[in-house]
Amino acid sequence: MSNKAFSATGNQMIAEAMRQVDPDVMAAYPITPQTTIVENYAKYVANGQVHTEFVTVESEHSALSACIGASAAGARVATATASQGLALMWEELYIAAGMRTPIVMANANRALSAPINIHGDHSDVMGARDTGWIILFAETAQEAYDNTVISFKIAEDSQVLLPVMTTLDGFITSHAMERCEMEEDATVQQFVGDYHPKYALLDTDEPVAHGMFANGDSYMKTRLATRNANMGSLPIIEKYGKAWADVTGRPYDLVDCYETDDADYIVVVLGSAAGNVRHIARQLRAEGKKVGVVRPRVYRPFPEEQIVEACKGAKAVAVLDRSDSLGATHAPLGADVMSAFYAAGLSIPAKNYVYGLGGADVTNVVVQGVFDDLEKVADGTLDCDLRYIGI
Amino acid sequence: MANIKELSRRPECLAPGHRLCGGCGASMAVRQVLMGVPEDAVPVVGCATGCLEVSTTIYPYDAWNVPFIHNAFENSAATVSGVEAAFKGLQRAGKIPADKKVKFVAFGGDGGTYDIGLQSLSGAMERGHDMVYVCYDNGAYMNTGIQRSSATPKGSWATTAEVGKDQQGKTQRRKDLASIIAAHGVPYVGQSTVGHWKDLVSKAEKAFAADGPAFLNVLAPCPRGWRIGSDETMLISRLAVDTKFWPLFEVENGKWTLTPVKEKNLKPLEDFLKPQGRFKHLLKPENAELLQELKDDVEDYWKYLEGRVEGSKDL
Repeated sequence: MSNKAFSATGNQMIAEAMRQVDPDVMAAYPITPQTTIVENYAKYVANGQVHTEFVTVESEHSALSACIGASAAGARVATATASQGLALMWEELYIAAGMRTPIVMANANRALSAPINIHGDHSDVMGARDTGWIILFAETAQEAYDNTVISFKIAEDSQVLLPVMTTLDGFITSHAMERCEMEEDATVQQFVGDYHPKYALLDTDEPVAHGMFANGDSYMKTRLATRNANMGSLPIIEKYGKAWADVTGRPYDLVDCYETDDADYIVVVLGSAAGNVRHIARQLRAEGKKVGVVRPRVYRPFPEEQIVEACKGAKAVAVLDRSDSLGATHAPLGADVMSAFYAAGLSIPAKNYVYGLGGADVTNVVVQGVFDDLEKVADGTLDCDLRYIGI
Repeated sequence: MANIKELSRRPECLAPGHRLCGGCGASMAVRQVLMGVPEDAVPVVGCATGCLEVSTTIYPYDAWNVPFIHNAFENSAATVSGVEAAFKGLQRAGKIPADKKVKFVAFGGDGGTYDIGLQSLSGAMERGHDMVYVCYDNGAYMNTGIQRSSATPKGSWATTAEVGKDQQGKTQRRKDLASIIAAHGVPYVGQSTVGHWKDLVSKAEKAFAADGPAFLNVLAPCPRGWRIGSDETMLISRLAVDTKFWPLFEVENGKWTLTPVKEKNLKPLEDFLKPQGRFKHLLKPENAELLQELKDDVEDYWKYLEGRVEGSKDL
């Protein structure tokens, strides 16, 4: 059962979730649009609402370095970042996953320089897609809260032991006020339970080494084990998502599907823009058009089967990317979706769009244009080349 | 302080059988520093990427008898600061007994400390973590093959500060890292060498006893990089001090103490330079001017330290 609704921003909701979980260590550094998460957390620390050791580091590189040290030590650990901060962590992202440190990190998705831009897009988080982190995308402030609570369970599961990035779109979700519900502190604490690390550095009676040097054979085996842990986490993510849904009454699916059962035209989209796309889809449905929307709530591991299942009957699919993969034919989500179609033997025409970079608006007209395109893609009068829209 | 017999009976934190070169100063620094850990405490060790790390933890072999963590090159200080934070957080949560005593120590070479890890080190020192950071200073990037660092002495040969027609080794003075860390206002900073076990172990004891961050800068000769025999590590360390090239000093809560070189031990700088292949060009007649410059630098730095001692004598 939830408490009564109130209004809050996504960053507030993530800070609240972290307060309720009350990790042993938080090491973080300010960066727009994440800063209010750590600012809120600093208040909890100052007011004695948490037992967390709060480490105010001198850079994001040190933030994640300290988190890795703390997690290897045996602590439950959280942090938050965005954009250039996530980029500065790049080296440590791989190390956190390779050392199997179950850190939970919020990322307020933001554009990358240059040119410098502080607004929302997915350029930063997409740079982390190959690192071994589990990556969740929230559409709303409510989901940012729920995903953050679930993240601790996923990360610390003994079959997973991987860092989890719980993301929300910069400013759009991080700063806009929305209607939210929050569970009781005790409910959250009971749900996440205690963390019992297997190989804690601070278990000085059983000394272990973390971060050892590995040559060819053992290096490759380690990488494979990390891949398998990541790929194998999908049912575990679903298990905890559903368990949390049972507690809260708010539904959880790895992939949120809107009217896809009989849809001829489907748009696949991550994060906050899904609401805009569903809004137009609803209007088109009212006009009798068979359209649907697919929104993966988990991006890594990629929920391939679920996306294929939702799209398999469509005549054409549009994949909306809020970032680009420069030098490649398709942007990240587009490439993933098309790869999934190919692996499943589907030959649905799919068109990849890049939208909303640096916080550019995703207007109704822009979304309407995508659905209009799909009819032409299906009948072969429009090519499938990647297109920038809303520009 | 314990005598050498007692020290020799302390449990070894770094086991033999690791793959550092014969005569490597790094393992000597580790063993002597960890002898300074109080007997009622357990050390937890962090290490930057470098010779010490790659030679002691080649999976599945681990030479450390104590908990060990390596993360990356530039972040040994940040990583250990996280381990120390975990200890505090877990103790506060009652998950680690309140009376458990752990000493946190981070090792890094000069490349990982003076250069790429300086920001991480500065941050950890400023934040006041209860940890000891130890730089084993061998004056170059030895793990990658003797490239110059900001710790490389002026005039020294390195593979990125070559000796040729137009250049005689490194052209810049070495960075004074101990002073930089002292400027953070940490409770303890000490500079020593692996050839002065009594001085080093006693400084390590002070570093571990300090309430808050402490820093040790330990001259740790590298036979390979310095072009010396593997049996000359101790001798060269002592010559570094007796020629005033590497002053032994400490800063305790802002008060500077400089260990004087006894008149009978004092030797010309050439005695330190001559046995080392990395300096051999400096003794050629055409480099007399450069040699004089080095001697002047040594004198100037000694005077600077005397000034710090004088300026802090009433603290």
